[in-house]
Amino acid sequence: MKPAAFSYHRAHDVPDAIGLLSEFADAGEDPKLIAGGQSLVPMMNFRLARPTALIDLGTLRRDPGMRSIRRDGAELVIGGLATHREVELARCLGPEFEVVSQAMRWVGHLPIRSRGTVAGSIVHGDATAEWCLLALLLDAVIVAEGPGGRRQIPAGEMFHGYYATAVESDEVVTQVRFTRGASGAALTEFARRHGDFATVDAAVSLDADGNRVVLGGVAPAPIRVPEAEAVLAGGPAGPELFAECGAAAAEAIDPPEDAAGSAAYRRRLARTLITEALQQAWEKGGRR
Amino acid sequence: MTGPRVDGPRGRWVGASVPRREDPRLLTGRGRFVDDIRMHGMLHAGFVRATVAHGRLVGVDLSAVREIGGVVAAYTADDLDLGDIVALLDRPPEEFVPTAMPVLARDKVRFVGEPVAIVIGCDPYVVEDGVEAAVVDYEPLDAVVSEETAFAQQAPLVHEEAPGNVLLDVSMFDTPGVDEAFRAAAGDGCVIDLVSRSGRQNALPLETRGVIASWDDRDDQLLVQTCSQVPHQVRTLLARSLGMQERSVRVTVPDMGGGFGQKCVVGREEIAVAAAARRLDRPVKWIEDRREALTAAFLAREQRYRTRAAFDAEGRITAVDADIVCDMGAYSCYPFTAGIEPLMASAEMPGVYKVPAYRVRARAMTTNKAPTAPYRGVSRPQYVMAMERVMDRAARELGLDPVEIRRRNLITEFPYTGINNVTYDPGTYRETLDLAEGVLRDEGWCHLRDGATEQGRHIGIGYSCFSERTGYGSEAFAKRKMQVVPGFDISEIRMDTSGSVVVTSGTMNHGQSHETTLAQIVADRLGLDPGKVKLRQGDTERIAYGWGTFASRSATIGGSAVSVAADRLAEVVRTIGAYLLETRPDNVRLDGAGGVEQVDDPARRLSFEDIADVAYLRSHLLPKGSEPALSATASFDVAGDGTFSNATHAVVVEADPGTGRIRILRYACVEDCGVVINPKVVDGQCRGGIAQGIAGALFEEITYAENGEPSAASFIDYLVPTAAEIPDISVEHLETPSTLTENGAKGVGEGGTIGAPAAVLNAINDALRHTGVSLESTPVHPQSVLAALDSAAQEASNAS
Repeated sequence: MKPAAFSYHRAHDVPDAIGLLSEFADAGEDPKLIAGGQSLVPMMNFRLARPTALIDLGTLRRDPGMRSIRRDGAELVIGGLATHREVELARCLGPEFEVVSQAMRWVGHLPIRSRGTVAGSIVHGDATAEWCLLALLLDAVIVAEGPGGRRQIPAGEMFHGYYATAVESDEVVTQVRFTRGASGAALTEFARRHGDFATVDAAVSLDADGNRVVLGGVAPAPIRVPEAEAVLAGGPAGPELFAECGAAAAEAIDPPEDAAGSAAYRRRLARTLITEALQQAWEKGGRR
Repeated sequence: MTGPRVDGPRGRWVGASVPRREDPRLLTGRGRFVDDIRMHGMLHAGFVRATVAHGRLVGVDLSAVREIGGVVAAYTADDLDLGDIVALLDRPPEEFVPTAMPVLARDKVRFVGEPVAIVIGCDPYVVEDGVEAAVVDYEPLDAVVSEETAFAQQAPLVHEEAPGNVLLDVSMFDTPGVDEAFRAAAGDGCVIDLVSRSGRQNALPLETRGVIASWDDRDDQLLVQTCSQVPHQVRTLLARSLGMQERSVRVTVPDMGGGFGQKCVVGREEIAVAAAARRLDRPVKWIEDRREALTAAFLAREQRYRTRAAFDAEGRITAVDADIVCDMGAYSCYPFTAGIEPLMASAEMPGVYKVPAYRVRARAMTTNKAPTAPYRGVSRPQYVMAMERVMDRAARELGLDPVEIRRRNLITEFPYTGINNVTYDPGTYRETLDLAEGVLRDEGWCHLRDGATEQGRHIGIGYSCFSERTGYGSEAFAKRKMQVVPGFDISEIRMDTSGSVVVTSGTMNHGQSHETTLAQIVADRLGLDPGKVKLRQGDTERIAYGWGTFASRSATIGGSAVSVAADRLAEVVRTIGAYLLETRPDNVRLDGAGGVEQVDDPARRLSFEDIADVAYLRSHLLPKGSEPALSATASFDVAGDGTFSNATHAVVVEADPGTGRIRILRYACVEDCGVVINPKVVDGQCRGGIAQGIAGALFEEITYAENGEPSAASFIDYLVPTAAEIPDISVEHLETPSTLTENGAKGVGEGGTIGAPAAVLNAINDALRHTGVSLESTPVHPQSVLAALDSAAQEASNAS
């Protein structure tokens, strides 16, 4: 459990990081950005990831924009290098984005939350990562900068499959903008141990401008479940509708099977978690 | 809590919760573990490990390994030419098949992770590069991974010499009356027939295995610094495998971060590293990483019991008939052999109950999985689980309360010689059950459980009653017919000119607080402050031989040896003191304050310093014929069948109808380990053991695919529970002093782990009582619980 050899480089700013990425890629190397390292370092230790050059973004945390957490009108804007813990403790989120800070308690353990970054988690694209679910729930826009300039990736176009996202290997995610607030929203999950990757997790919102049902752990990437969202649109909010919504989601998905749970068990968990999350969202002031 | 409490003999220190003397060092990062040790010129080792579960070794090509910069050497089995590890039993060939475990795989590999070659380099990173560069060709063979594949006709053989993949097959008991009892029970009573299984676990010491070996020309000796529970056994086997005189090997053990049995056997890696160090004449270190620890270290626990039990109409058990298969994995461990688990289960299964007729057959099966070592509890968690499930099932069949059926069957008169020909010394089997039941009743748990169904909650209560043989002396071990028979222990004690004492014990602390508890014993025996007592362990040079720490033996056997040695030293001190006070020896006693005083005139006293001053620095003043040494040695062995601790565990669980998660609402342990030397230490042993038992009941398992690939190579897949999953655990002590040990203590190292799986599984099944489903395998996966709840809910809604 020692990584293969790699060279280490410290980026001074975003353009420098982009330049280093291109420079090493052009030289035939396999460069990789490192921020909190909470996923990358274990993968390197198992030699499942073998970058030949690591470009450390740590210095960029000196740039206030890279770690800021702020409201910008109706949006919540988070710098790419903000840590889970900083978001968990942030006081400026407002009721529309309270679900974001509350969701952080589900992210690993305190040491992981203290090092891991928002952009790192979203770019890693784990199918159960809380940040990926939040991105779909709150219409996030992922801001990526690369040799071709800056582009904005809507969450709906971000997650493609197992650990596959729309961010290119020569790009740096500098910011994540959550464009839709939802005061009646909740995220909940099930794992056999506290702090583990969820077997299944669910994020929902009950809002005047539309309902959302997002699931993790039931497909190669986090997904919205339109069939379940349609149920929510079709009746008055309340425990019966929530149970119906959970059942519709369970019906609609085609989950994988592994030691953590069979496909049937994951369906069943999805039903439970969606129902519970909807109840929580409702109690927090979601649509009546 | 109120209830019978038998107070054991206590001294000033024994019986007190003296703060752990090892804690200041360990808690401030000043402990010294194997990996903290660095030696001049030290190299690092790693192992090329088998990637297939079963296959012939066609070729091992290390040429690319040796070309990597920083790699110093790479060896195969042929290069090192070491003696195999062979553990033997004195049993006939139809009962036991001896097999060999080569230090590095030769001819064939038998599990994923088996060491095939050793790579030595300048740092662990280079070593891992080297390991990757090895080219190993296998001719794959079908893997044996289950009872079905192992016992099938034409099954591939893990060891050619072991037909049917059976290493041990013993039918230890078939007493008269078994069949008659079943016939009678079928007519008037009940017969329980259940198959229970426990998953394969890793004992999981926080500190993985590790070793540093170095050659010392001046001492003409190989120094092996390792983390082992049994330093002398490592020395013996190392010397034999390397073909050296035993005096040319010294094994030392620094601080250890747990062992739980995984380190009470000798690892092949230790021997390979020692051989490499000898050959290279450089210190070589190997620290096992977590992936190796999970896949290639000794595993444990995987067993299957088919238990048939007969009961009369009053709920009295009339016979037990058990068929037991223990999946020992690829090799027999040294010194215990693959027989340890099936023999333990056969000998002890009737446990705390009066069983009038008993039949048992137990087999050790060999498979293409990592081999096993005796993990904390050793078969007892499994047979206790089987017996306790039998009790609950029979209670249900007969309409009895689960506590009541236990009361009718528990041994209550001692000494009691069971059907298994084991004599149980006095314990509090009935009293601990009564107290545990009282806890749940008084706190309202029984009421909550009874009313839960109406509220749509699924709450269950489970008990387990068990005893645990501790202080296995050589007589008890000899009955298992091991060729290497553990049992006694030696202690040596010295007093220096400052009146302080150094005591050496053949036991090996790896978390059990020996530095505190053995010092408490010595302090009482000599009448001095425990701060003046220093314990030494973990150095084969200090005493002639020792058996280390396993099987809950340290307080009972090691503590007794320490007691006797301290008494002998006290006698020496009193004799010299009497001479110097110019009175008779029987007119002198220890004064409890680090000296001796005259019985008829306590004002006349001498401190230990005074006496030591004469003994060492002015020995011309000693009485004629007395030796100028304040030291003593003692050995101790437990006679007969040993001494039995006992306990009752009581658990309340709730099953979540939405996820199947089992939450433990209450965990109560009432135990009796004889004289409690240090209550806080005993509490810790109980709680830690129970945590490991809960881990086995609900979380941890390493499964193997059909091709022999293990499922868990990291903590993502191996679900060791955290503090968040383990509930608060209350521990209550009763004390029935053992008459077989010097200090009245019985062992307490394993009880928690033994009792927990049974109690948790009983509670889960009680929570599912309305479903018609019974779960008999651990760990219990929440999806099984949820499936049971869902199908019952479905049936209920269909019915209405």
